[in-house]
Amino acid sequence: MFLLRDLVSARTWLAMTQHLAGLFLGFVAIFVVTFGLGFGVGGLFFALVGLPLLGVTLRLAHWFAQAERARFALFTGARIPAWPGAGSAGRADFRWGIIPRWQMWRESATWAEIGYALLRLPVSAAAATISILAWSVGLILVVLPAYAWAMPSGGPTIGDTVLHTRAELTLSAVIGALLLLAAPQLTRGLAVADGALARILLGPRRDLAARVMELEKSRERVVDAAEAERRRIERDLHDGAQQRLVALAMELGRAKARFADDLDAARELVDQAHVQAKEALTELRNLVRGVHPPVLTDRGLDAALSGLAALCPVPVDMHVDVPVRPRASIEAVAYFVVAEALTNVAKHSRASHAKVVVEGHGFPGTLTVMISDDGIGGADITSTGLSGLADRISGVDGRMSVESPVGGPTIVAAELPCG
Amino acid sequence: MRVVIAEDSVLLREGLTRLLTEAGHEVAAVAGDGEGFLRAVAEHTPDVVVVDVRMPPTFTDEGLRAALVVRDRWPKIGVLVLSQWVEERYATELISGRPHGVGYLLKDRVADVAEFLDALARVADGGSALDPEVVAQLLARSRHPLGELTPREREVLALMAEGRSNAAIADTLVVGGGAVEKHINNIFTKLGLAPGDRDHRRVLAVLRYLGT
Repeated sequence: MFLLRDLVSARTWLAMTQHLAGLFLGFVAIFVVTFGLGFGVGGLFFALVGLPLLGVTLRLAHWFAQAERARFALFTGARIPAWPGAGSAGRADFRWGIIPRWQMWRESATWAEIGYALLRLPVSAAAATISILAWSVGLILVVLPAYAWAMPSGGPTIGDTVLHTRAELTLSAVIGALLLLAAPQLTRGLAVADGALARILLGPRRDLAARVMELEKSRERVVDAAEAERRRIERDLHDGAQQRLVALAMELGRAKARFADDLDAARELVDQAHVQAKEALTELRNLVRGVHPPVLTDRGLDAALSGLAALCPVPVDMHVDVPVRPRASIEAVAYFVVAEALTNVAKHSRASHAKVVVEGHGFPGTLTVMISDDGIGGADITSTGLSGLADRISGVDGRMSVESPVGGPTIVAAELPCG
Repeated sequence: MRVVIAEDSVLLREGLTRLLTEAGHEVAAVAGDGEGFLRAVAEHTPDVVVVDVRMPPTFTDEGLRAALVVRDRWPKIGVLVLSQWVEERYATELISGRPHGVGYLLKDRVADVAEFLDALARVADGGSALDPEVVAQLLARSRHPLGELTPREREVLALMAEGRSNAAIADTLVVGGGAVEKHINNIFTKLGLAPGDRDHRRVLAVLRYLGT
């Protein structure tokens, strides 16, 4: 049934349009690029006048690649992520906007763009030819019996054979019908193959340029996260310990003034100062505990997480199974994930119980961290805490997921590569 | 009591020396690093040593390692470890070999002079002194269920783990000695531990239970 429907479906004809449009665009592209490269290289021998022509050709090839990505997005809905243009991350720039630098000719992206512009015509031509042939031959064979009698030789001729019996004509009509039914699938299949080719040539490459861009973005996020973390520590120091020390100094100053006349009042002030000092110490200690406790370096994650569990006002079930210690930066991120998640549990979740599971898998393998609670859920992934967490994790090429439907429970999970 | 101090911060070293001298103890020697400390202990054989966990050259845990050496080589010397941060893991390492005559406290606790001196005396006497924060970590990380204990019994358990005597527990909770005795018996029954005859042996049973 769907075979019949596909004869008239929009997708089939969109695929056909894609082939025809590709044919037309391919004509223009192959002409421009061969002309540009040919005359450009030829022009090099005449006082380098070919250079600007080569520059224009490279720019056009890049624009063509961009336009083709847009076309594929429009026709097939498949998005092919764009590359950085000349001059942006990982790619060389034009001199004076038009003269290509030597380095450009060594970039695989440049050659992929030129190659694509040259391949467009033959590929689209082949696809369009096959599609159109399938449609037209099928159509001809199907309607053949209707006018076979009118042909000069008494029927259609294939080589030296003349088809004129009823059986022969029926057979050809059946073959035509089958061909016609197959034509939409063929057309669409070729469109898919066409898209795959474009993806191979224009799609994301694991080459240096793409990796550089990725790294540049993640570095930016990590720097931002570190900056935010510094600001948080500064704020905590300023609002907490520093204020307490100011209060402490004030109390001691007042006590000093009282010692001469009112010994009891002075004693009470010293008592208060004593309390303030101890609270400042506790605050400083907890601050460090949230950043990077020394025991993390000395004894590893398992030992360091005990402190977090004890500090959390919500009872925490802790399961740590890390047979091989990962490198320090991974341990630090894992610790930070648990610290931040437990802070959120304590602050927002209204949970009565939390669970932390940290497991190492294989060597070097991965480290998985999962924190769940039985609270009210609805955690905001865009909040500074959670987005800072995501940035820290992406900084070590890890992955994070947060599930927190309204009504709970909340599950924060992270997977960190240890290699 | 004769005390040897190992502490690299001059400020704290002087403070501790003054505090102990004022309390009538004799500070036999002070050291700024692990090796010097061990030499001083060998030379003076004090009643008790006070050791900071972080010391030069690596500033990780050489104080703790030196303390373990003293604990193993001089069983009669009490070892009190002080630290800016207390960790359940360090405590377990410290208690595991010789559980009596050891202490592990936050440096902050020095600020409560009387309590600090009491803890020091306990350690020198063969008892133990564990920081409440360590005990909280041990309770949080306990692999055994403590759910059967009543809140009061948990409080008593925590104080016991800190190394306090029955009388001290009774004072802290403002109850009579008999009541404390009853709570302790209940705890030992519920956790399935054999009741010890002396205070610190009881503490050991509790810590072993929590730490393993």
